[in-house]
Amino acid sequence: MNVNNILEIFYVLIGLIMVFASIESFRDKDNSARIGTGLFWLIMGIIFAVGKYLPNLVIGLLIVFVGVLSLLKQIKVGKLKEVNKEIAEKSAKRLGAWLFFPSVVLAIFSILISQFTKLGGQVGIGIASVIALIIAMIISKTDAKTTYHDSERMVRSVGTAGVLPQLLATLGVIFTASGVGDVTSKAISGVFPAGNHLLGVVLYCVAMVIFTMVMGNAFAAFAVITAGIGIPFVVAQGGNPAVVAALGMTSGYCGTLMTPMAANFNSLPVALLEMKDNLGVIKQQYPIALTLLVVQIILMYFLAF
Amino acid sequence: MEYLKLIGIVIIILGFAFKLDTIAVVVAAALATGLVSGMSITHVLTILGKGFMDNRMVSLFFLTLPMIGVVESHGLKQAAVNGISKIKNLSAGKIFNLYLAIREITDAMGIALSGQVQFIRPLINPMAQAAASVKKPLTDKQVDLIKARAAATDNFGNFFSQNLFIASSGVLLMSSTMKSLGYTATPANIVLYSIPMAVITFLITAYYNRRFDKQFEV
Repeated sequence: MNVNNILEIFYVLIGLIMVFASIESFRDKDNSARIGTGLFWLIMGIIFAVGKYLPNLVIGLLIVFVGVLSLLKQIKVGKLKEVNKEIAEKSAKRLGAWLFFPSVVLAIFSILISQFTKLGGQVGIGIASVIALIIAMIISKTDAKTTYHDSERMVRSVGTAGVLPQLLATLGVIFTASGVGDVTSKAISGVFPAGNHLLGVVLYCVAMVIFTMVMGNAFAAFAVITAGIGIPFVVAQGGNPAVVAALGMTSGYCGTLMTPMAANFNSLPVALLEMKDNLGVIKQQYPIALTLLVVQIILMYFLAF
Repeated sequence: MEYLKLIGIVIIILGFAFKLDTIAVVVAAALATGLVSGMSITHVLTILGKGFMDNRMVSLFFLTLPMIGVVESHGLKQAAVNGISKIKNLSAGKIFNLYLAIREITDAMGIALSGQVQFIRPLINPMAQAAASVKKPLTDKQVDLIKARAAATDNFGNFFSQNLFIASSGVLLMSSTMKSLGYTATPANIVLYSIPMAVITFLITAYYNRRFDKQFEV
């Protein structure tokens, strides 16, 4: 059995828990968009579980359909059953720090399998997730039915935001096929010559900050700025892709720290904490964000080349 | 017109900036880019479908959700709150730093706590305010500053350590995007090169928070 076949088993498992989410979304009478939400998870479940046997054209059409559902506001998380606080308090007292044990197992096993076996990181995550789930069920004495509900609740709670990263990575495929990187590098190299390592690193990191500030989302900025600037100006010049990715993304996070567009991080606390200064959180963050940006530019320059 | 190919980038930037529906914006950007590059609609849809299938690894983090659901319903958050609330006799800055360390470690283990809601508001902010007002009462401005710094500390810890977890959506997105763009960056290597920033962020923030204490000492 080769790695890709093993990986396919895990994709089927993901499809399965998405179908759980679909069933419970259809059954959620309180959700005004239950049909659309149920369909969304069903389509995702189908793509993950049996997408391998479908023509790519059909998958493309399904994704466009999901886009339309989302545009028409027909995908909503709905009202999820909250964790029973009494039961949670009781078992927190009983289990204490053991509750963190499954997560530790997951993190360590994923790394061990990826580094010391030929299975690779992705299969490692799959195997470690299953082991961690079994351990969690044993120490908390959870039965299959409760696990089913815990699973569907978690999947439904992430909503469309859960598939956004995959969709953004897909955008990279389209950009590559269309030659977007070539166009941007030609346009920018009129002003900044490609080939100067330091200039390329500065351009990429600063662009990640600015575009994240405008868009309010570092993942989206990463997909477009890496295709448009990161690849032609840094990676194609010999930069290590893992270094460029890791530090490019965190450069984007510096942008997140400085923009009111990232409402979840910078405006939500203002409301939660009943602060007087709307920009108070950003004011505390920008000195650190700018310092870290400089550090990242230096690190990327020395580590990538 | 070659520059028309950049329409996808324009759509993404405007769509996100104006807070339009994110999924629809990304799909529209993909379709528009393919079409203006001269592909037929069936060709674009086929590439879109194939690209989505090839990038399924980004969604591998879904596999970790059942386990997290189980420990959550058995009091994961309550256990963390119980642990943190035992802290005593620390200055505001030290409370922030201890929380920062906890946040970075749990993030590295893939435990995505909703810090602002679960910890900053009910726990860290009141603890820091109590600690800072030992010598003299806080002014309104100082109260606001403590709240802001508490929220900021959560963001620092969260952002710069989440990529230490190999199955995080960020790491998988980076690895898969690089693959889409024709280069190899394994998740394990991305984690490796995320370690320096997690450590540096901790050190710089820890210094920043310790200096924060000075204003409450006189």
